[in-house]
Amino acid sequence: MDNNRAAQSGDERIGMWDGMSKQSEMHLFAPGHSGCPGCGPSNVLIQVCDTLGKDIVVVQATGCMEITSTQYPQTAWRVPYIHSLFQNAPAVASGVSRALKAQGNDHTKVVVIAGDGSTYDIGFGALSGMLERGDDVLYVCYDNQLYANTGVQKSGATPYGAATTTTTVGSVHRGKETERKPIAEIVAAHGIAYVASASVAYSADLQNKVRKANAVKGPSFLVVDSPCCLGQGFDGGITMKVAKLNVMSRLWFLYEIENGKFKLNFNPANPKPLQEVLGLQKRFRHLSPGQIEHIQKQADASYNALLEKAGLLESQKSFSSPEKPLNTPK
Amino acid sequence: MIKTVEGARVLAEAAVACRLDVVACYPITPTTHLTEELNQFYADGRIPEYLTVEAEFSAISALIGASAAGARTFTTTGGQGLLYMHEPLFSAAGMRLPIVMLVGNRAVSSPLNIWNDEQDTISQRDTGWIQIYCRNNQEAVDSIPQAFYVAEKILLPVMVCVDGHYLTHAVEQVDVPDEKLVQGFLPPYKYPLKLDPQNPVSLGVYANPTHYQTFREDVVADMEAAKEILVEAGKKWGKLTGREYGLINAYKVKDADRVLLSVGSVMDNVVMVVDELREKGEKVGALHLRVLRPFPREEIAKALEGKKVGVIDRDLSIGAQAPIYLEIAEALNGKGAQVSSFYGGLGGRGVKRVHIRELFEKLRKGPVKQWITTEPPKAAMKG
Amino acid sequence: MIIPHAKPGTSVQNITGEWKAYMPVVNGDKCIKCGICQNFCPEGIMGEVKRIPEIDYEYCKGCSVCANECPVKCIEMRRVEQD
Repeated sequence: MDNNRAAQSGDERIGMWDGMSKQSEMHLFAPGHSGCPGCGPSNVLIQVCDTLGKDIVVVQATGCMEITSTQYPQTAWRVPYIHSLFQNAPAVASGVSRALKAQGNDHTKVVVIAGDGSTYDIGFGALSGMLERGDDVLYVCYDNQLYANTGVQKSGATPYGAATTTTTVGSVHRGKETERKPIAEIVAAHGIAYVASASVAYSADLQNKVRKANAVKGPSFLVVDSPCCLGQGFDGGITMKVAKLNVMSRLWFLYEIENGKFKLNFNPANPKPLQEVLGLQKRFRHLSPGQIEHIQKQADASYNALLEKAGLLESQKSFSSPEKPLNTPK
Repeated sequence: MIKTVEGARVLAEAAVACRLDVVACYPITPTTHLTEELNQFYADGRIPEYLTVEAEFSAISALIGASAAGARTFTTTGGQGLLYMHEPLFSAAGMRLPIVMLVGNRAVSSPLNIWNDEQDTISQRDTGWIQIYCRNNQEAVDSIPQAFYVAEKILLPVMVCVDGHYLTHAVEQVDVPDEKLVQGFLPPYKYPLKLDPQNPVSLGVYANPTHYQTFREDVVADMEAAKEILVEAGKKWGKLTGREYGLINAYKVKDADRVLLSVGSVMDNVVMVVDELREKGEKVGALHLRVLRPFPREEIAKALEGKKVGVIDRDLSIGAQAPIYLEIAEALNGKGAQVSSFYGGLGGRGVKRVHIRELFEKLRKGPVKQWITTEPPKAAMKG
Repeated sequence: MIIPHAKPGTSVQNITGEWKAYMPVVNGDKCIKCGICQNFCPEGIMGEVKRIPEIDYEYCKGCSVCANECPVKCIEMRRVEQD
């Protein structure tokens, strides 16, 4: 394996480089980018890139992470990087991947980094095409459940009930009226080798999934819960708290789908009540008891469906996976 | 090697002779046969990578990625497919990627029409792509290697345009350049800032008002500089094959008092009528605008000064004057020329010799602006 | 002939440390070197994991994720002195 890749041993450390000196030189995603203080997606980028190492080409879709990181003449990226348009990152990545192969390069990994806007909506067709072609691309979706860069509009990832500027709370309509797309399942339905749902706050799990996806020869897909303080309406300081609560409340799940087989990585034994995490976010402040009940019902249904797909019996419902997350919830 | 086969087949051969690395195609009439011929070459190992993309948008996007990663790239489309590529065309040119595309000119929807006119490529003239138009399949197979030569030297993408059906499906005798000849003409492709972990740059950046226009000024200047390289490529090709090319092709224009000008295969019809009328002693000429972008303003002005010129536009700019006519009229402003605008031949209504003779007649009097081919083909009107 | 591009890591020219109203101050004696703060910093400027954090204040935006996530609460957010 290429010795430029860091953290091969499954160690929880990140950012260890030979010859690294200053803090600002430690990571493949440099500081000085204009992400919000406490930006969840920014941290995802640091974790993902450091886990993968230098031998990659990043293909990015237009979005918050692209705008905040590549304002000419500056770039936060210390790996080769290309951005074209909003909806074509998967196609561009396919092209890069094939070009590298045509040049006899079978080790450099092509990595798409795209938000939920590009992934669930405008680039959905291109994503599906890339999956069907079986191109060797690792696709990472940083999911903040809205179009952040254009000022917090709804995306196909926005959950039921959430307020955004295009699911505004008024006297007739009160937040989003439809469910979010089950993107991991949709991608897995294409029959690819590895799909995973991860969270920015469960680092060992996330980094492990990045490594597993990286090892696949062919398409792989990660969707990472990356709470957005500005968009979801909370102080940047509690980003990781919100991310952890999403998992602890069974609103977000940590699981893998390997060749169609579901595996649940973590299941909180004593799940938190929904109101705790919903109450922290301005986008849910308007929810009526009926809406909260709806969310609870959907969350329960998703949970039960996941258990069934993972082949977990009634009695095993409250197990905790042996792979403990880095941060044991308090 | 001289072959008598369908246009699509020889176009594919000419492209493959350029040693392509990555091809990404989406089939659409009239270039479907070309995407298929290219796939046959891929199946036989002559093209290393062929992406069967799910849309034309993705075809050009995949080539953006591949070209930036150092691969020589090619695709083909026409009509709706080209329109669907509109957004990434700007991106490819702005990112300075030397992609080459063969466009089979096709009318645009709605209503839907698969037959020929120039609306699709005319509506991409602002994108920063170099545009070469071909009168026949010989010009097309000669222009594809020249397109790569120019694209890779000036770092701007090139579209080589052939009339859909008239050329793509025509069986003509063509001298197809072989790989050895093309390799003697075309240096190997090297993208100066290719995506490489050894030299990790960020391509496709975000430029605020301070910087954006600087990049655009540079593209404009380089598009202008491309004229010289197009001429250089045409001359070099001429030395190798005996067929030289330039920005325009002027046929019996020098002493003509009336000239018809257009792009594409209609010009071969005009040439036939010119020969016919010359026999009768009429002083007429034909000017093929081989390169529309960069627009050869000086060459046009020099060739057509003082003459009566009719511009045939098989395309429209709805709500304004016909597009090619406007550019020609501007170039001939103050040059004592009289420019007429003839628009029509849309959606497969061919501009035939019978129409062309009429146009030369119309040029005798003052400048005129009018529709042509206003009568539908006789068989089609049963309702 | 300009290919629009940017050279790697040049974002470090942008001193985002100027954004902060509060700055994290670490109590090294209490620190248990768990690596959580270094791992979660959205700017990646808290230094090496498994060591007492060494913060690069030139880039710290004062988001307070580190202070909030520290399991032993050894990071205090102090108001930055106004000029």
